[in-house]
This record gives sequence, structure tokens and C-alpha cells, in this order.
Amino acid sequence: MNSELYGLMVEFSTPQALIAGAKAARAHGYTRMDAFAPFPVEGLSHALGQGRSWLPLVFLLGGIAGGGGGYFMQWYAAVISYPLNVGGRPLHSWPSFIPVTFELTILIAALSGVLALFLSMKLPKPHHPLFNVPEFERATDDRFFLCLESADPLFALESARQFLEELCPLRIVEVPQ
Amino acid sequence: MNDPNLGYPMQLLEPGVTYASATEEVASIPLRRIRSGWWWLAFGASFFLLSVLMAAISWLFYRGVGVWGINIPVGWGFAIINFVWWIGIGHAGTLISAILLLLAQPWRNSINRLAEAMTIFAVLCAAMFPLLHLGRPWVFYFLLPYPDTMGLWPQFRSPLVWDAFAVATYFTVSLLYWYTGLVPDLATLRDREKSPWMRRFYGMVALGWRGSAAHWERHQTAYRLLAGLATPLVLSVHSVVSLDFAVGMLPGWHSTIFPPYFVAGAIYSGFAMVLTLLLPLRSIFKLHSLITPRHLNNMACVMFVSGLMVGYGYLMETLMQLTSNDPFEYAAATDRLWGHWAPIFWAVLACNVFIPQVLWSRRVRTNEWMLFAVSIVINLGMWLERLMIVVCSLARDFISSSWGTYWPTAWDWATFIGSGGLFLTLFMLFIRLAPAIAISDVRELIAQKKHPAS
Repeated sequence: MNSELYGLMVEFSTPQALIAGAKAARAHGYTRMDAFAPFPVEGLSHALGQGRSWLPLVFLLGGIAGGGGGYFMQWYAAVISYPLNVGGRPLHSWPSFIPVTFELTILIAALSGVLALFLSMKLPKPHHPLFNVPEFERATDDRFFLCLESADPLFALESARQFLEELCPLRIVEVPQ
Repeated sequence: MNDPNLGYPMQLLEPGVTYASATEEVASIPLRRIRSGWWWLAFGASFFLLSVLMAAISWLFYRGVGVWGINIPVGWGFAIINFVWWIGIGHAGTLISAILLLLAQPWRNSINRLAEAMTIFAVLCAAMFPLLHLGRPWVFYFLLPYPDTMGLWPQFRSPLVWDAFAVATYFTVSLLYWYTGLVPDLATLRDREKSPWMRRFYGMVALGWRGSAAHWERHQTAYRLLAGLATPLVLSVHSVVSLDFAVGMLPGWHSTIFPPYFVAGAIYSGFAMVLTLLLPLRSIFKLHSLITPRHLNNMACVMFVSGLMVGYGYLMETLMQLTSNDPFEYAAATDRLWGHWAPIFWAVLACNVFIPQVLWSRRVRTNEWMLFAVSIVINLGMWLERLMIVVCSLARDFISSSWGTYWPTAWDWATFIGSGGLFLTLFMLFIRLAPAIAISDVRELIAQKKHPAS
């Protein structure tokens, strides 16, 4: 319908108004929307109906891979690849393999977790339609925004504007594509 | 308004701080280059010291480690003293940031970013020293498992290899944690910067952050998980460093108390360095509304308690040596108590145990000048402690015919002082280019204050 429009955005001055707005929009049936805040607002993601993130699983798998791989590497080096007889002590001297196993668990868990974080956020993405709106600069300072996307099946400019006006925002802005 | 029970203002933020005023207060340091006279003075001095380091390293690479005072029996000398000292300093950042985050201590929010940056720069300085000390620094990669044409591996049973893994992991994870937390604040700078080139720079490093609710949710999940990973990591790093000593057989080193005692010492020196950096910064950039007396008091308390643990470590170490029935351990203890090394030992005790007792007084804990003076004394004392640990045991081992002594050369001093230049230069660049206080964390505090959780 509105191919030149990314969406319709409203501005609030408090996080409470933003949460209330997000809940109302969801109750109204909108599904494609996002909210923007200068700090993490408790319960906002839930109000928007966003699911839980699978990031913790990536951290866990990274940790298992790092720890398991690290231990295997040391066992392989000490027992198979380069066995070294130190006064008849066992080759598979597992207590002395623990520190490196631990460090690699943490290292690979953190690396894979942070990589997954940025991939899942689709960042880096230096430009976004929202940056076309000059007022949006305050989303990283002291204002709170809710944007209904035009890709939403329910989205129609007039009805969306009417709905958003009921939320008593500071202003309503059209976001060009 | 002072709290009647505490004697200093209770709040974490001065009254009247708003989202916009907090943004302005922090962002004006990089954006409007306020108080640039002070900054150029400090940067110039730091850069001069960095040049001293470059000269010292160039001479070292040209002539070899013989330019230092190290020899047999004291083969470690300043390089390892400085390594342990710097890496200890690098512990406070993660402690403040990660452990206090998990313990839900909101006072961390004004000081965590600064402490994290300090951690990264201190670990960089620390990591430099073992590499310089290698003698053949160009083959440093022998420490890593890589496909070697001779089929060789690092010796994974050696604490020195554990150390390489621990320090490399600590540096990487600290960097990830710091940058992940910094991205939203870099976006704040991007949106306020006027100069097009700097705007482009902040635009690139902020990665296009726009504060989306879905992003915040994931960001917070990842941030907390990183904090959870960093917490055991920070305890492991100095434990592994201490094993470099404790696994050795020398009298004065071979002791099971070393890991916890090193970790307590690391937290102690780290907090001392945070205060040494934070107090001048707070005065120069007028950050009093975000860093309040309560912050100073809390930091002083953590520092003091870890200092008491260090004191307990000295006591137990000496007691165990004296009662071990091992003549060499006994000799190592008496050498320190009233023998050859008594001046160093008592200087360490004075700096780390006796003088910091003034922190019992709340007036000292909230007085900038007194606290700054105590933090300098503790930094010095912790450096002397590392000197005592490294030199005393190496110089006087089991057979008196193999005893020796150790005197640093001018190049030792130049490398040590120059490493301070590297640290301070990086720190000065950081406060000029990035927000020194985590603005989004402070906004959370403001929101909680305005609308207390129901």
C-alpha cells in the first residue's frame, strides 16, 4: 500500500507510556512493530510479544565445544601425538589439563555468544529508515518511541494514525522508507 | 543532605539528575572537548612516558635481555614483577562490572565503564612483559598450539602455558564485555556529534545501534551471561598467575595459600588503581553528580576488606613458614622478618596493612585527597609485594653458594615507568573518544529513582 513509507512512529517521554502504548497496539492486533528506548526497559519486550531469545543456548554450546575441544587437544597432545615420559608418571595427567580446559570453555562460550548476539541483532547495519527522522536522535538520550511498520497486514495510514492519537503521544511522525 | 546514620549523602545520584542532564554531563567530555588544557597536559606527559617505553623496548630488541639487571639466580626481575602487578590491577574492572552486576549493586553503574577500560589497558601492559622477557620475542607463538613442522606441542602441564591461556582469555573476554556494553553509549555519541568525520567514526563503531526493544532484550541477556562467564574467569586468572610461583619448589613460593592470597591482592591493587584514576577525573571533569561520596565510600570499603584479606595472607604465610619444620622455609621467613630482606618486608606491611588502617574512618573514606593518598600508597605497596615475592626467593634458595642479588638497571626502570605511559596514553585517548561513564546504565538508575518498582 504505502511502499514509500516504512511506518508510523510516536514519541513518548516516559518508559511507562511506551509500555502502555506497546500493549495497546498489540491488543489492537498489530504484529509488526518495534519500540525504541535509551536504556533497557523492564517488560517492554514482553509487552511487544517478542519471544525469548535463544542466545543462552549458543553460550552453552560454545562453552561445551570449547571445554571439550580444549580437553581433547591436551589429551591428544600428551597421549597420542607427543607422549613424553616424565619419571614414569601417567601420560593422561588430567588434573593439569583442567586450567586450559576451563579457560577455553570461557573463551569459546564468550566468543560464540557475542558473535551470535550481533548476528541475531543484524548489526552492524549503519543505516536504517528510522534514522531519516531527525527526532529519532533522542532515542539514545531521553525519549521513547513506538513504530508501527507499514509491512503489518493491518497497517493503513489513516486508521493507524487514529489509533496512535489515542495514546496521547508527544508527536506522530511518518517514517519514509 | 547528609544521612544521619552515615554522615554522607546516601544517594547514588545527586537530586535533579535527568536523562538529558546525565547524557550531557558524560557526553560533553568527548563531544565538546571540555577542559582540554588539562587533557593535553596529561596526554602530553603520558605520551612522553610512552616514548620512553618505545626507546627502552627498541634498545632491548637491539641488545637483548642483557640490558636488564636479570641474571642467575634472579632471572625474573622487573619483567615478572611488572607483569604480576599490572595483571593484578586489571582485576578490579571485571570485579566491579561483572560481580557487582550479578549481585545487583546499582552503585557500579557510574564507575563500571571506566574500570573496564582500565582493566583492558592494564592487561595489555601486563601481557607485554612476559613477551619482552622471552629473550626471543619473535617466537612468542611457541606458547600456542599451532601446527608445528617438528610435531611439537606446548607443555600443557606447565603453569607458564596455563598463564598464556588465562591472560589471552581474560583479555579477549574483557574486551568483548567492554565493547558489548559500550555500543549503546557510542550510539548516543553518534547522535550528538556535530563534526561529520567524528559522526562517521561513531556511526561505524556504534554498528547502527538504534535502541530497539528486541535488541535491548538480547543485549541484556548476553551482557549478563558474559558477566557470569567473567566472574569465575577473573578469579582464575590471578590463581593461575600465582601457580607460576606456587608450583615451583623454592622456599617462599611453594605454598597452597598463594591462589586466594594473589586474588585478594589483585582486587586490592585494582581498586586502588581505580581510585587513583577516578578521583582526579571526577574533579577535573566535575562528575560529582554521578560519582557521589557513596561511591567513594563503597569502593574504599571493598578495597579495605580485600586489604585485610591480604594482611591475613601475610600472617598465615609467615606463620606456616615458621611452623613448617622446614629449615629453608624457616630461613625464608626470618630473612623477611628481621634478616636480609626486612626493609622490603616491613615496607610492604606498612603500605598494604598498617597505613590503610586509616580507612576505618569514614571521613577518610569520603575525603578525595586522603583516599587518593591511600590509593597511591597501596599501589606502591602492591608493587613492592611482587618485588618481595619474585626477588627474595630467587636470590636466596637452598644452597648459600648459589645465592645472589639483584639490582635493576636504568633500562628496567625505563620499561617499568614507560609501561605506565602506555597505560595512561590509552586511558587518555579513551576518555577523549568514548563515554567514560556507562550512560545507559545511569539512565536505568534515574528511571528506577523516578518510578520505583512496584
